[in-house]
Amino acid sequence: MRLSDEFRDPALVRELAERIGRFSGMSATIMEVCGTHTMSVARFGLKSLLPPGVSLISGPGCPVCVTDQRDIDAYLAIGALPGVTLACFGDMIRVPGSATSLERLRAEGADVRVVYSPIDAVDTARGDPGRQVVFFGVGFETTIPAIALAVKVAAEGKVSNFLVYCAHKTIPAALRALLATDELRVSGLLLPGHVTTIIGSGAYSFLADQLGVTCAVAGFEPVDILLAVEAILARIEQGTAAIDNAYPRAVRAEPNPRAAELIDEVFVTSDALWRGLGSIPGSGVALAAKYAVHDASLRFADTLAAVPPPKQTTCKCGDVLRGITRPSQCPHFGTTCTPTDPIGPCMVSSEGACAAAYKYEGV
Amino acid sequence: MTELIEEVFIAGYAQSDFSRDDSAVLRLDGADIAFTTDSFVVDPIFFPGGDIGRLAIAGTVNDLLTAAARPIAIAVSFIIEEGLEIETLRSIAASMRDTADEAGVRVVTGDTKVVPRGSADKVFITTSGVGVILRPGVSGASAKPGDRIMLTGSIGDHGTAVMLAREKLLDTQAIASDAAPLTEIVLGLMESGCQVHAMRDPTRGGIASSLNEIAAQSRAAIEIDEARIRVKPAVNAACEALGIEPFFVANEGKMLILVAAEDAEKALSIARSSRYGGDADIIGEVRPAPPGRVTVRTAIGTSRVLGSPSGELLPRIC
Amino acid sequence: MCLAIPMRITQIDGLVATAEIDGIARRVRIDLLDKASVGDYVLIHAGLAIAIVDEQEAAETLALLRGVFYETQ
Repeated sequence: MRLSDEFRDPALVRELAERIGRFSGMSATIMEVCGTHTMSVARFGLKSLLPPGVSLISGPGCPVCVTDQRDIDAYLAIGALPGVTLACFGDMIRVPGSATSLERLRAEGADVRVVYSPIDAVDTARGDPGRQVVFFGVGFETTIPAIALAVKVAAEGKVSNFLVYCAHKTIPAALRALLATDELRVSGLLLPGHVTTIIGSGAYSFLADQLGVTCAVAGFEPVDILLAVEAILARIEQGTAAIDNAYPRAVRAEPNPRAAELIDEVFVTSDALWRGLGSIPGSGVALAAKYAVHDASLRFADTLAAVPPPKQTTCKCGDVLRGITRPSQCPHFGTTCTPTDPIGPCMVSSEGACAAAYKYEGV
Repeated sequence: MTELIEEVFIAGYAQSDFSRDDSAVLRLDGADIAFTTDSFVVDPIFFPGGDIGRLAIAGTVNDLLTAAARPIAIAVSFIIEEGLEIETLRSIAASMRDTADEAGVRVVTGDTKVVPRGSADKVFITTSGVGVILRPGVSGASAKPGDRIMLTGSIGDHGTAVMLAREKLLDTQAIASDAAPLTEIVLGLMESGCQVHAMRDPTRGGIASSLNEIAAQSRAAIEIDEARIRVKPAVNAACEALGIEPFFVANEGKMLILVAAEDAEKALSIARSSRYGGDADIIGEVRPAPPGRVTVRTAIGTSRVLGSPSGELLPRIC
Repeated sequence: MCLAIPMRITQIDGLVATAEIDGIARRVRIDLLDKASVGDYVLIHAGLAIAIVDEQEAAETLALLRGVFYETQ
C-alpha cells in the first residue's frame, strides 16, 4: 500500500465527487482552518468538485500569515546583531517585516540558515559555540513538539547558545475567538489533521457542543478532504453538529500523551499576538522558567525593547485570515501585492490564502 | 529578477533587437548565427550526476539548441577564489572537455581571473556560445494553437539533487542531476523536418517558468497533463517531504519542444531513440486562449492554473 | 501548518529511527510514539514522527470507498 497514492486515486475522487453532488441544493460555507489544506485544495483543483452552493474559505492556519509584524521585526532585530545565526523554517525567509526581511538580511551578510528540523539547529549551535543560534519558533501544535524536543535536547547537552524566539500559536483557543465574533458565518469547519494527531479530536468538542458548529478532522490528500467535506455536509443536512474524524488512520479522540508531557515540560501556556486577530488569551506558548537560558526574548531583551512599533499598512491579511475578505476582494491583490512583491504574509507564504489564489486560480 | 532585468539592464542598454529568448540571432554577412551567454554559480560545485563544468558546457549548448542552432564553439571565463585546489580545477576542466566532446562543440578561447579569498564562492564560470541557425524563427514567440508540447524526460532531478547536496536535508542515493547536452535530440529533429516552433530548456524555475514564458511570448494558452509528466519516485518523495512543487524545480538535461500536431509522433520517436530522451512524452498542447494562461489537468482529473515560481525554492515545514 | 509525509521505519536506535520512502531517508526522532517497530509507517514533520499511520484503518477506509466488503481477521 502506498498510503499517499491510494488517497489520490482518480476513481475514488470521482466517486466522492458524485456522492457530494447529492448536496447540490445546499448552501454552505466551510472554513478550512489549515494552510496546508488551502494548498491541497488549490493544487488538486478540489473547489471545482464541490456543488455550486458550497464554498470553501481560508482561515487562520497559516503560521507565517498569523505571525504578527512585531514578532517578525523582533526576530529580524536579533538577526542584525553580531555573532548571531538565525535558523528558521524556509517559509519565513520572504515574509516582509516593517523594514526588511530575512531574505534581505541574508543578502546583506547576516547568517540566516534554513533548516528542516529544529533539532538540526541544535546541532549547528553545538558545532559553533562562538555563535548564538536563534531559532524562529513559529507553527502550531504539529510543530510545537519538535521545538520542545529541540530545547530539551539542547538543555540536556548544555548547548546554551541554542535559543528559541517563541511565536508559536495554538488552534482551539483561536477558533473559539474567531467564532465568538459575529462577523464570521460558517456552516462547518475543516479541521487540521496533523495538529489533531497531537491534540486529539476531543479538543474541539466545544465547537459542536457549545457553539453548534459541525466539524470534520481531515487529512491532506484529495480523498481525505472530500470525505471530510461530505461528512460536514451530511451533518448540516441533518441539522446536527459533531466533531467527525475523517482521518482515522492517523487521528484519535485522545491527545498524544507523550507530546502533551513534552510540551508541558518545556512550555507554559501564554497569550499570543495573532496578525489580524489581535491578542488571544491562552493561544500561545512561552518557554518555561526551567528553560529560560534558551529563551531569546530574555537573552536579547534590550535589543527587543528598542524595536520600534510596526508600520501601519493597508494590508488586509487580517481580514483574509478571519475569513471576512477573500483574496480577490483585497484591493492590493494581484496589483500592488504579488508573490514577487508581497505586502503581507498571506501572499508570501506558499500556504497563504492569497498566494494559493494567485498561483492556482490565476489573477 | 525579471524586474531587475527589464528595468535596469534592458532599459539601460538594450536596443530594439534585444532577445528575450535564451539565444540571440545575428545576421552576419548572410549567415544566421545564434549567440548566447550564461553564468554558472552553482553551490556545491560537485554534486551527484555532475559538476559546475559539465553544467557550463551542457547549459550553453542547450541554450544554442533552443534557437535551432548547431552549437559550434564556446568561450569560457573563470573567476576563481584564491586558494581553490588545483585538483578541483583539473577535475572541472576534464568534465568540460568530456561534455564538449559529447556535444560536438569545442572550447576555443577563455579567460581566467583569481580573486581574493571571500570575494567569490570557490569558482564562477561564465560562457559564451555560438552556433549556426539551422532553421530560422524557432523562438518562444512562435508557438501556434494546436502545437503539441513534448518534454524529453523526467523533471526535478537537477534542482533537487543540488539542494540536497548543499543542505543535506534528506539522505538519498537515488537522486542525481540530469545535466546533459541535448544535441542528439535537437539535431535529429532538425534533420527530420519536424515543424518545431519553439524550444526551451527548463532550467531555473522549472517547466512552470518556461511554459509561462512561452504562453506570454506567443500570446497563447498552454494546457498540460500532469499524468504524462514523469517525476522519478525519489525526486517526488523529496519534493513532497520538503513542500516543493516539481514543476518549479530546475532541470539541466531536458527540453520542452513545441511541434506541429502532425509531427508530434515523429518527434516523439526521435526523442525516445536518443540517449537522453528515453522518457520523452507529449505532455500537452497549445490553445488559442486565454493568452498567457498555463493550466494543468491534475492527476485526479480536475484543472488548475500553473503560475511561475517567485524566487528561490525553499523547503517548507508548515 | 501540517506538511507531513508517511515514511517507513527501517531502523530504530533508542529514540532515533531511520525512516525511508521511495529512496529518500532521514533520521527522525520517535519520542512521540508510544511504541514503534521497523516496518511501521509514520508521519514525519520537522524531523519528528508525530503519529503512526494505522494501515488497517487506511485499508478499511479505502475498501469502504471501493465498495468492497472488508473482512477482518
